[in-house]
Amino acid sequence: MEARTKDLWVFVETKEDGTAKNVGIELLSPGRELADKQGGKLVALVVGCGVEKAAKEAACHGADLVLTVDAPEFREYSTDAYAAALTELLKKYAPTSLLIGATPNGRDLGPRVSCRLNTGLTADCTNLDVDAETGCVCWTRPAFGGNLMAVILCPDNRPQMGTVRPGVFKKPPVSEKEAEIIQEDFRFPAEKIRTRVLENLREAAGELVNLEEAEIIVAGGRGVGSAEGFKLLQELCDVLGGTLGASRAAVDAGWVTHSHQVGQTGKTVGPKLYIACGISGAIQHLAGMTGSDRVVAINKDADAPIFGVADYGIVGDLFDVVPALIAELKKQA
Amino acid sequence: MNILVCIKQVPDTTEIKIDPVTNTLIRDGVPSVLNPYDGYALESAARIKDNAPETRIVVLTMGPPQAEPALRECLSTAADRAYLLTDRAFGGSDTLATSYILSAAVKQVEELEGKFDMIFCGKQAIDGDTAQVGPELAEHLGLPQVTYALEVLEAAPEQLKLLRETEEGRQVVGVTYPCLATFTKPAFDLRFPSFRRRAAARQAEIVRLGAGDIPRIDLTRSGLKGSPTKVKRTFVPPRKQSGIIIKDDTAENAAAKLCEALRSARVI
Repeated sequence: MEARTKDLWVFVETKEDGTAKNVGIELLSPGRELADKQGGKLVALVVGCGVEKAAKEAACHGADLVLTVDAPEFREYSTDAYAAALTELLKKYAPTSLLIGATPNGRDLGPRVSCRLNTGLTADCTNLDVDAETGCVCWTRPAFGGNLMAVILCPDNRPQMGTVRPGVFKKPPVSEKEAEIIQEDFRFPAEKIRTRVLENLREAAGELVNLEEAEIIVAGGRGVGSAEGFKLLQELCDVLGGTLGASRAAVDAGWVTHSHQVGQTGKTVGPKLYIACGISGAIQHLAGMTGSDRVVAINKDADAPIFGVADYGIVGDLFDVVPALIAELKKQA
Repeated sequence: MNILVCIKQVPDTTEIKIDPVTNTLIRDGVPSVLNPYDGYALESAARIKDNAPETRIVVLTMGPPQAEPALRECLSTAADRAYLLTDRAFGGSDTLATSYILSAAVKQVEELEGKFDMIFCGKQAIDGDTAQVGPELAEHLGLPQVTYALEVLEAAPEQLKLLRETEEGRQVVGVTYPCLATFTKPAFDLRFPSFRRRAAARQAEIVRLGAGDIPRIDLTRSGLKGSPTKVKRTFVPPRKQSGIIIKDDTAENAAAKLCEALRSARVI
């Protein structure tokens, strides 16, 4: 192996249309800061099939260099092919650190790669810094359901790896100069992939929900009471230009589809405004939305934990408050 | 089919409170429970056994001797045999060291129980929340993995079909044997132990394995010294300053106050 560099890598996961998942571009923000502090380059690694758009997006959001792995066997995520690609390139280029978005695929992939390289991985980080004493990355992450934060170092093994929660960092501004894009010719034999996606059960096209990129989210929980109740929340969404979210309780009850779910087993979101209606605020839900800039809570129960994270709270029946809010917004629009 | 289910006993994190004076976690008196996700993994194994009664289910945990009740709970619902991996040499392990020790133990248990066709784990434990030990165990053993599984659709002879949760929805994934799957919360409820099974579980032998029982284990890869990650410090996250709460007001007044606050903060 060639000598270890001081470079910091960001893994950029791609969507099927060849664009980058948000979190990969978001991570170029802390990536820039860490790379500067550690005195190395910021390198984006883009893996997929037909990834020109994603590579370009990384190239013009602050990366110094973009590497791509672009072949049909990477069109759909598989643990086997992706872990092989990352391991190979990490050995070849020897960066000092690697950030991976803590998406389901990222958290599937990260431990495979770190284990193969016999190095440390810190899960689901919400803050990153460089340790003044050792120069190592300080990985800060929640544990015990968010009740405790731990600061983790990986002093001796390289690369230092971490998965980082989506929505925590904002995308960096478009840079003035565009980074060079180099395509790696790594291939993985398709017949060696031991898992096969037999069927994708997607939400209907009209129901595609992009909560991760929403600026305003109106979310409902158990207190909404029915699918009918969610129509009222949709109305508030329409007035605000927002996106509809939900707690696990509402999804489990069948009032809205899973694609709307925010929380530990749903999406992690970071909108400018999050309006929680009839959501008590279980720690699993809070884990997915406390990155919101402002939180509004509307709940009958004055003791609901959601009020503990709310910037503005209204104690009252959402079926009175939400219509009044819609009327007020329409009046002043 | 021979199935291994890996479990962990965890503090019930919903019961954890913060000491307001010292600002630290109060762990005393917090009940220990079977990690809920591991319960889903066990139930998924039990459902395979419902359809194929010759299936054998073995449970394995690494932890202190006090973790025995979690194993007995598994025996009372679905497991046929339980192993407790316990040794001071294993203490302080991070996920890489833990998964290495587990992989060495799995090979040892396979000498006694035969090769496992499937290894099931919870997607994560609710205390550490890393979701890393399952995939790392699969890597140490060279097995394919399926994470975020919701349920087993079919344990066909040539492949295991699982329903898996993804960012976009759900997908059906086929994986060849032997394999490892990690489970998240399914749509169905877990079974309760029968009276007969519960009584039997109280009496059942739990096989203990220490470092000395695993001849091939490399203890330099175990415990603190085998762990690449180190905890520098922990802290209780600062509580957010409580916001403006409007109560005892009419819906109209409350809505007007909220809109004004949001407008002056330029949120809308």
